[in-house]
Amino acid sequence: MKNNQLKDIRETYATKFGFNMPEAPFSKAQMGLSEDVVREISKNKGEPEWMLEYRLKAYEAFKQKPMPSWGADLSHIDLQNIYYYIKPTGAEKRTWEDVPENIKTTFDRLGVPQAEREYLSGVKAQYDSEVVYSSLMDELEEEGVIFLSTDEALRKHPEIFKEYFGKVIPYADNKFSALNSAVWSGGSFVYIPKGVSVKRPLQAYFRINAQNMGQFERTLIIAEEGSFAHYVEGCTAPVYSSDSLHAAVVEVIVKPGARFRYTTIQNWSDNVYNLVTKRARVEKDAVMEWVDGNLGSKVTMKYPSCYLIGEGARGEVLSIAYASKGQHQDAGAKMIHAAPNTSSSIVSKSVSLRGGRTSYRGLVDVALSAPNARARVECDALILDSISATDTFPTMRINESSANVEHEATVSKIGEEKLFYLMSRGLTESEAMGLIVSGFIEPIVRELPMEYAVELNRLIELEMEGSVG
Amino acid sequence: MVYSLEIKNLRSGIEQKEILKGVDLTIKPKEVHALMGRNGSGKSTLAQTLMGSPTYKVLEGSAKIFGKDILELETTERAKTGLFLSFQYPSEIPGVKVYSFLRMIYNKSHEAKLSPRMFREFLEKKIEVLEMDPSFSDRFLNEGFSGGEKKRMEMLQMLMLEPKVIILDEVDSGLDIDAIKVVSRAVNYLIEEHNSSVLLITHYSRILNYIKPDFVHIMLDGKIVKTGGEEVASHLEEYGYSDSELDVPVLKNEE
Repeated sequence: MKNNQLKDIRETYATKFGFNMPEAPFSKAQMGLSEDVVREISKNKGEPEWMLEYRLKAYEAFKQKPMPSWGADLSHIDLQNIYYYIKPTGAEKRTWEDVPENIKTTFDRLGVPQAEREYLSGVKAQYDSEVVYSSLMDELEEEGVIFLSTDEALRKHPEIFKEYFGKVIPYADNKFSALNSAVWSGGSFVYIPKGVSVKRPLQAYFRINAQNMGQFERTLIIAEEGSFAHYVEGCTAPVYSSDSLHAAVVEVIVKPGARFRYTTIQNWSDNVYNLVTKRARVEKDAVMEWVDGNLGSKVTMKYPSCYLIGEGARGEVLSIAYASKGQHQDAGAKMIHAAPNTSSSIVSKSVSLRGGRTSYRGLVDVALSAPNARARVECDALILDSISATDTFPTMRINESSANVEHEATVSKIGEEKLFYLMSRGLTESEAMGLIVSGFIEPIVRELPMEYAVELNRLIELEMEGSVG
Repeated sequence: MVYSLEIKNLRSGIEQKEILKGVDLTIKPKEVHALMGRNGSGKSTLAQTLMGSPTYKVLEGSAKIFGKDILELETTERAKTGLFLSFQYPSEIPGVKVYSFLRMIYNKSHEAKLSPRMFREFLEKKIEVLEMDPSFSDRFLNEGFSGGEKKRMEMLQMLMLEPKVIILDEVDSGLDIDAIKVVSRAVNYLIEEHNSSVLLITHYSRILNYIKPDFVHIMLDGKIVKTGGEEVASHLEEYGYSDSELDVPVLKNEE
């Protein structure tokens, strides 16, 4: 075909998401990282002594660990050129009216209050280092559901907090989990009591506003026996010429018979390094589902994991990555089978164009103690032009002969034949490409909450306005 | 006289290899022209060249739809002139629902848009004409379809677009007689109601019992070597392509 006319979904990013508001911080730590900064964050939050000690231990571990060199290129991160803590406002608000004007305007433009009214059970909005707004439907509160910022949970529910915090992901797990453990701020704390089913999603929206910002939210989720909930997070940031860093840690505990779904639509601006550790402990007959969409950021390294430690536990990851100019999405999943009759499924779809690069990196580990494990991995990459790239790094460690493991991987380009076929029906070349791309990611898009599916399809720019309503 | 399709001395091929070696053919509104010939004689190349396939390169000649030269146009633009090709091997497009695809091509090809409800009704009628299962509209375009299902899907798209010039590339291959009747009904409907004209590429004269040709052409080695009425097809059926009868001089299309 003559030229590649597919609209880049990130072309409109600057106006839709990439705007910024003047900085008016309530308080701001000095630039760069030091023990003093770590102490200052803890002091500012009025934390108990054990948390300060935990942070300091984590900081030591962070200093000792080398930068990971096995994945994406991280050599350009300047860790001393980052603000580790910016507190945007005095305290968390319960109504949008109370949120400071600039911050409220930001979330209005991103459509957060509207989404809350229309289809959510509860909302958290984090702006730089702190959660500035939170809400939860009254009836869920009455049922004992807890949905707080992680800082507030530490104050209000210290026992339950201490029991679970840092247990699924130890601070020394990797360099960036150590960094997060040292300087964490904000994030969501979710507690779903036994047998409670939360019908509508709980949503968190993470927004970086300040330049050279590091956002280190910390999320802790406990789904008690037989419960169900769906947590959704979205993330965006202004477009700046200097880099920002986002290094979150997310721990999920899914108790026996519970089911938890965690959906991420990551749409950071392409000056953000996104280095996130996400892991779930999945107990007997429980199900954990990660739906992981990576559209934005300069570099992402993220491999949501399920530790299947109870008999009959199941883990699923649906991962979609989109890499355009200047982006590298190094994403995937890890499934650790550590109990009998566990099952897992990883489906990864990636699209690269305009020089973007996608990598699938995954692990399936079946321990000797896990007979009759079933694992399935499917990763499909679509490359739209000759200057883009994709690679696959699957690892399988199977120590149990009764395991049933399947792996399928495909790499495809958009065939001229398909384009010709669709164009013969009157579609333009870019419409035809858009249709093929949206069809390619359909298996994942259909798992998203409707509003996100619509948004994602719109992002993929079918250019169908006026032709399909 | 403005023809639906007017082809003059068309030569095309793949890279250096010439396949069509000078084809002349004119088709008027409502006419049906059957194009028969052995495998490899160039019938599909003609269809693909007319639709603008990137596989084939035009070397010489012209092709006009209602007087408009189409060989310089993108495939999208050719479709807009009212040209439609029913593919011999339609592509599978995973993840794209038949319903939304049909609605998209309907709305792109019609000035007056239909509301979702009206479109649904319109579609249901066409699905009924083609004796298809209504669940078709929820499947992905051609994905996992049997050969016969793909052909019906081509016909369903044709009924959405209501084209003026229809090229059917072996639409009958792999179809049983009932399916051939169904396909023929759809084609005859467009001839009657939309004055469409048809270039019907086939190996077998069977379908010609249901879509009555005004002319039958025989193609051999990239050229039309014989043109006549239905009797040409019946002769072929009886004696095959190797019969020396084919060597009779090419008959001229009556003006």
